Order: sequence, then structure tokens, then C-alpha cells
Amino acid sequence: MPKFEPVLMANMHRPDSHTLKVYESTGGYQALKKVLKESTQESFRDLIKNSGLRGRGGAGFPTGLKWTFLPKDHPGPIYLCINADESEPGTFNNRYLMELDPHQVIEGTILSSFATKASTAYIYLRIEYPTCYEHLEAAIAECYAAGYLGKNILGSGYSLDMYMHRGAAAYICGEETGLIESLEGKRAWPRIKPPFPAVEGLFRKPTVVNNVETVACVKQIADRGVEWFKSIGVPPDPNNPRDAGSYGPKLYCLSGHVNKPGCYEAPLGITCRQLIDEYGGGVWKGRKAKAAIPGGISMGLLTEAELDTPLDFNGPGKVGCLGLGTAAVVVADETVNMVDFLHNSCRFFAHESCGQCTPCREGTHWSLSMLDRIKAGKGRLKDLDLLSEIGNHIGIIPGTTICGLSDGAAWPIKNALKKFRGDFEEYIKRTNPTGYMITDAVPALEGAGSH
Amino acid sequence: MATVIVDGKEITIGDHERLNGIQVAQRAGIEIPHYCWHPGMSVVASCRMCLCKSGTRDPATGKITIVPKVVPACQTPAKDNTVFVTDDEDIRKYRAMVEEDLLIDHPVDCPICDKAGECHLQDYHFEHGQKERRADIKPFHSRRREMGDTVTLFVDRCVMCTRCVRFTREIAGTSELMVVNRGSHEEIDVFPGLPLDNKLSGNVVDLCPVGALCDKDFLYSQRVWFMKKHAGVCTGCATGCSINIEENQDTVYRLRPRENPHINQWWMCDEGRYGFHHVHADERLNEPRQWTKAGQVSLDWKDVPTQIKTHLQAAGHLAAVVSPHLTVEEAYMLCAFVRSLDDKAVLAVGPIPVEGEDETFKNGFTIRAEKCPNRRGVEAVVQHFTGAVTTFDELLDQLAAGANGQAIGGVWVSGGYKTDWNDESTAERFANVKELVVQDLFSSPLFENATFQLPSAAFPERDGSYVNVADRLQSVRWAIRPPSGVMTEGQLLWRLLGRSGLFNAQVILNEIAAEIPYFSAAAGGVHELGVDLKVNQLAAAT
Repeated sequence: MPKFEPVLMANMHRPDSHTLKVYESTGGYQALKKVLKESTQESFRDLIKNSGLRGRGGAGFPTGLKWTFLPKDHPGPIYLCINADESEPGTFNNRYLMELDPHQVIEGTILSSFATKASTAYIYLRIEYPTCYEHLEAAIAECYAAGYLGKNILGSGYSLDMYMHRGAAAYICGEETGLIESLEGKRAWPRIKPPFPAVEGLFRKPTVVNNVETVACVKQIADRGVEWFKSIGVPPDPNNPRDAGSYGPKLYCLSGHVNKPGCYEAPLGITCRQLIDEYGGGVWKGRKAKAAIPGGISMGLLTEAELDTPLDFNGPGKVGCLGLGTAAVVVADETVNMVDFLHNSCRFFAHESCGQCTPCREGTHWSLSMLDRIKAGKGRLKDLDLLSEIGNHIGIIPGTTICGLSDGAAWPIKNALKKFRGDFEEYIKRTNPTGYMITDAVPALEGAGSH
Repeated sequence: MATVIVDGKEITIGDHERLNGIQVAQRAGIEIPHYCWHPGMSVVASCRMCLCKSGTRDPATGKITIVPKVVPACQTPAKDNTVFVTDDEDIRKYRAMVEEDLLIDHPVDCPICDKAGECHLQDYHFEHGQKERRADIKPFHSRRREMGDTVTLFVDRCVMCTRCVRFTREIAGTSELMVVNRGSHEEIDVFPGLPLDNKLSGNVVDLCPVGALCDKDFLYSQRVWFMKKHAGVCTGCATGCSINIEENQDTVYRLRPRENPHINQWWMCDEGRYGFHHVHADERLNEPRQWTKAGQVSLDWKDVPTQIKTHLQAAGHLAAVVSPHLTVEEAYMLCAFVRSLDDKAVLAVGPIPVEGEDETFKNGFTIRAEKCPNRRGVEAVVQHFTGAVTTFDELLDQLAAGANGQAIGGVWVSGGYKTDWNDESTAERFANVKELVVQDLFSSPLFENATFQLPSAAFPERDGSYVNVADRLQSVRWAIRPPSGVMTEGQLLWRLLGRSGLFNAQVILNEIAAEIPYFSAAAGGVHELGVDLKVNQLAAAT
């Protein structure tokens, strides 16, 4: 394998990397000019489809395939939404892109809009990213002035408008239909599907929702071609006919107990241990890792022994995690108490559950109140059974909720109790030596479950 | 025709029917529990109580494939060869989970909850819930918050089905209710200073599957299991909503809409819903009386028919005021009686109360300005007898000028109005009438001047039929007995016509249907959803 050369982050080190001048000096908007001149909308869409690009937002759905779900010969308007509501704990790769190379995102968005025949693109940005907002706003203004946006872009006959929308900081707005509802000015309650957004999305028109990093990859593919893209990453597993492969570069976010936390670009398929040791400089203070989150807290947990799992779209799933997610690795060293770890996770999901479906609304809250009590030294072994029951019963995989974020709430509970059950039992027996065997309902801890 | 399979039973549905899993299961006699779904509103599929399994049958091979996860029945359309499984181990497990989840923060204050006895949470818990509480035991907490003048919210009993929120958005179109906060902190609320204030507000109480939204008018007044339901018709306006009159021991406690796709669907307005308190008002008249030379004397009901008949026979030319609050049968009998004494008697329709203008809501539900239930029915009856409709004002003129060349010597006035409907000046116009019979709910100047002062029955006490603004005739039976001292118009007129025994509205309606073409569709009984009289009119016109 030739030495990997970063492309998504290649220009981020330059001074004023967020300006059009610097971006153009490094070959920016050449891809757009080439595509608008040489390709049709269909041929460019097919190019992306052939590249095997999969969505970088979490679910890993093939991008080109998603675009083909749009109705043919639709009179329009068709909308493209860029999901920049990056709220998965531990994830900040989109922030790097938008803050330090916003034109790369915008060029990718224009190309994706061209391929989907969208006439309007929205960037749904979380409110916590003020610098991203400033840089993107300035970049969009520069693009309008330079003729990359607006009517008849570069004389091609294709027109596109781009708008920013800032969300008010809710995890649920990262769910594509929650995002659409929020963009329409409503409460971000995910919609029931079907109809899928490609058929009836924003303002009841066909809509594609793509992640920031996905469109950045679209730009790179337009620049460097399918061959280059497919030379990076992991080809499909020949034994799994449903595997679409994991091609291309990926921005990995590394945080937690490592020496050099940060955002690193690496080929898909790098193992978690490689990432920690080669990029992150190893676990801090010379300690060992106890657990790591493979791709945002909602993907579950890897044990120390599972750190050799390749971080591609299939790897984490093979060891019981939900998937690659956002490829945000958070490392916990050997001193971490798993009760605290799971408590923190549950508090996050109890706080962020949108409250639409009963199982998620009440299940996340119930698990938090149990963990509050366990943490306070009043845990029972029975609580662990109840917790894993909640973990196994909520989500779209069993079918009990509308959106997939509920699976994300369930997975850390499920994984923690499966892979670290001993830690929990030990903690409960140690802190509640007289009551750990009680199975009848016990009085709730005062203030438990508040978040 | 499409065939749907529910738990092994084949159900056939029409080609143009768009039904979901809950509805086809209902046809198969299987109840799928649900909170958030309501046939009159959009599907949100959020309560997750109706989870079931679904799949398809291959029409060629008959092989059934079931999707290996649960789906909400409310959101799953029933198409040809769709298969539903409504009960298996997984489904029971998930229903138990939803029930258990809903009860985690519920105060379980059934003993003091108005909804107990008709509460979905209670019913489903017994059928689908866990047999014991596994969640931590919380201290009792129950917060109450006013939503508006008519509705109060018991915050902690809510299961967040959002039916009420959708109602105000989709049906009333006023959008007062909303969900505030997120996750398990979610509550139903209104904007500060913008209470639930629309003319359909009471419906949210009916919609609430639990005891969260309660009706302030009904609150703590009666246990639901003591009440008996009687199909009725709202007499508040010309829409004539189908209602259930709920009473215990001859006291009406509440009116609720009765589903009728032809008239009101599932709804009724607050004016109608709370418009029954006059039935039990202290001021109601409850004694037949007569002015004689010796002053006012009480009458015995058994003497009333003969007395009235004798007096009216001696009065000369007669007239009758047929109130639009009378049923079709009562109107017919009144006209027939007066005409039997004087075959040229003037028949006038009573004053039609009109308030404001018709008010139509977002989904098309309309409150009519015409505040009486039976204008069309009464007019059709009067027209049958006289060939034309005489209005009340025209009658007043004829009282002075005479009719058919004769002075009017005797008038029968039927009332039944909830509000003051005549004043001193009206009463004066009747001053020259020798024999005035007034039958009404409440005293009025006209009533005080009458020779015969008869108490009248209120709408839950009447038997008979009403014709609404869209020419739909609905027949109802009495729900409560009239207060002691009151004889219903129907019974009195039945006797005056010389019939024996108890008043039977069905007999009269059959006679009317045979005699008056407008009513011919009502022959042979009326369906509980009513009968459209226009059908016959249209048929006659072509």
C-alpha cells in the first residue's frame, strides 16, 4: 500500500485557508469548472455512484444510490440539505472542514446539487459553531460574487442558491427528517417513513440530506477520479453480498485519554489501535486503554482486546457495535469506572431524546434514574437485567421507535452490560453490600433521572 | 376487492378503502390497543402501543413472509395480500414495555380521576401490562394546570399521545395546544396568555385516552360507570350533531359526540356540549295552570286535554305557533289537532333564533347561526297542512287584522326555547286572543298571559325526529324522564288526538312518511346515523 496522503485536510494548515483566494490557489473550483463543462447531471451522478462513496454521517448509506431514489423528471424544486448539525459526542471532523476549508464543503455541495438537480441547498449548522458560521457565510458570499453560486453558474445554465440555517442545539436535528422538520420551522420530531425524504422531504418536495464530509469527498472524487478513490480503503467482503465496501479517506476524530487528541485523515479500514498509537501517540500517562468508542457514543463500546477492529463500515459491527458511525474514537483508560461512563452516556440520551416515541422517551429516562441510583450506592443486580432489557427493546432494529437515534441510545447500554458486566456487578456489590440482592421495586432516589 | 389476513382470518376490503392495520383488525373483531392514532386525525405512530407484525402473502404460491421486526399497525396500510399478526411473544413483550414505560411517571391516582372506568391506560394495563411495578417507586405527585375556561390538565397523567395538539391544529385550526420541553420532561401546555379558547375545545377531553385533560364542567360530578348512554341529537343549532346523552337517575351529566360520518364525524361544539344545564334549571316550569275568573288555578294533567279541547272549540278561529324546537312528530300532531278543531286554522312556524353567522372550522365542521334543531322538519309539516309557511311575524299581523276574514280567537303556542324568546310587546299582540295555550320550558310575558300555562319537555326528555340543515332526519328516544309535573308535548298531543296509551313516535313518523312525500325516506324506521331526505327530493325532481 503506497503511503497515504491526506486530501481532505491537505490545505487546512495554510494561513487564511478559509478564503476563496487561498482555496483557488490550491486548485479549488477546478473540479466544478470541469464537471459543469464536461459532464451531464446524470453522468456525474453515475460517477459518484461508481466510486462507492458511502455517507460519512453515521449510517454509511451509499451516496450515489441515495441520489437515484429521487423521482425521475420531477418538475422541482428539489432540495439538498447539508447536515452540519454535528452533535454526536466526540465528533468534530465537520467542524474542521467548515472552519478551515469551507470552500471545499461548498464546492462539494454545488457538485452534489448539480448531480441531484437541486435548485436550492441548505446548510443546517448547529449553533455551537460560530466560527464555522462566519467562515461559511463569508465563503458563500465570495462564491456568489465569483459566480460559483446564483443564476447560470459559470455559464453552464445551472443555477443554485445556498442558504445557512442554524439549529438551536438539539441532537435530534441530526436525524435527517428531524433536520427537515426543524428547517421547516417545526419541532424536530423525526417523521414516519415512508414517504422517504427523497420522495417527499423538505416542504414536501424531493430532498437529499448529505453530511458535510460526504460532499467534501464528492469534491475530491470529482477532482481525482473514481480510480483514485477506490485505491483507498477496503473493498467489499466477497462473502457478504450486501457489503458495498469502504472506500476513500476518512476523517477520524480522536479524543479521550490519548496523548494527542485531534482530527486525523486516514484511509478507511485503519484499526482502532493504529489510530490511537500511530496518530494519537498512545494512551496518556503510560496507561492501558480499557475501552474505546468506535464512532461516537451511540455506536457502543470496544474492549481493549477489540481495539484491533478495523474502523471501516463493517468492522465495528462484527464485534457487537452498531457500526462505524461518525468514526469518532473516544478512549477510556484503565482507571475509568464503567458505571460513570454509562451514566454519562445515559444522561446524554435522556437529555436528547426528542420525546416522540414512548420507548425511547421513557426508556432513556428510566435507565438514567437507575444509573443515578447505582452510582449513589443503592444499586441492585436486578437493575442490570432491567437496563439490558431496555437496551435490547428500544430502537428501529426491533421496530419500537420511529428513528434510529434510539438505537444509538440503546447500544452503549447493551455493549457496556455485555462487555463490562463484571465491573458493574463488582461496583454494585461493593457499594450496596446489604441491598444488592433486592428484586422488589425500591423507592426512587430523590432527584434521580433529572437531566 | 383486496384480501387482508389478520391473525389467519381473511378480511375483504373495498377497492377504494384506505385502511390501516388497526381498522382491518377491528373488522376481524380484534382490538389492537392504541393511544395516539385517531381516525379523524393525522398518523404520528409515536405511542408505539399498536405494534404488530406485518408481511405479505405471495398471491401465486400463497407463501407468507413476515418482516422480522415489529411495525406500528396505525402506520401500516392494508393492501391486497397484506398479512397482520397482532399477537405473539414479541408483540406482547413490546406492548408490556410501552405500558410499563407510560406508568413510570404516572401518579396512578385512579380513585380520584374522572377518567377511571373509561381510561385506555387502565384497560390496556390490565390486558397488556406487567403484573407488577419494576421501576422505582416515586412519591405521589399530581400537578394540575388550567388550559382554558373549559379544560384542565392533570400534567402527570399525560401519555404524550398528542391527540389534543393535533386536534387544535388540524380540526379546530386554532393551534393553542403544544408540546413543551423535551424527552421525559415533555408536557402539554399553552402559550402564556393564550389559553385553549375555541368553540370546539371540549373535544380534546373526549380525545384524551387517559385522565390528563378533564372537562371542568363535568369534573368530579359523576363516576362514569354509573352513567348510562343514550343516543341523542344536539338541539343547539341546525347542524344537529349526533350525541350521546349520559345520565344517571334522570340527571344529565354530560353530552358527548356520537360518531356520525354524515354530520359531525367525531366532534361537537362547546355550545352544544355544555348547552344542557337548562334541563335541570330550578326555573323550569313544572305545573299546568289555568287562568279562570277565580284567578290562577292548578290543573290536574288528566283534566288538561278535555279542558283545552273545550275551550279551544269555543274560541272560534284558531291558530298555532309550531316551534322549531318541536320534533317532527310533535309538530305534525299539533297541526293535526288544531286543524281537527278548525280546518282553516292558521299554522305558523315559531320564531327562528339566529345568532351571528355560520362558523366553519378548518376541517369543515360548522356551527350554524340558526340555533334550533328542526326548522326544516317543522316547515315541511306546516307546509303540508297549509300549502305555505306562515312566519311568526305574519301571524302577529294576522292577530290584529284577522285571518280568512275572521278574528283569531284561540292560539296554541309551543315554545321549548332555552332563552327569553318573547317580551311584553309580543305578549300585548296576543291580548285580544280569547283562549291562549302556551307550552314552554320557562316563564315569559307571553306565558304569563296565557289561559292555559303548560310546562314543556326539554330535549333529552323528548321522543321523535329532527331534520337538520342538510335535510338529514335523525330519530331519537328519550334519555331521561321529564321532571315531575311535566308532560311531554308528544304525550299531551297524543291524548288530544284521542289516541290511547303511551305516545309512540315511530307510529306517527310512519304515518307522516306515508302522507308527506318529503319524509318518505323515513318510512320503515330510521338508522341510528339518520336518513337523508334529500334522496327522495332529488328522485322526485328528476
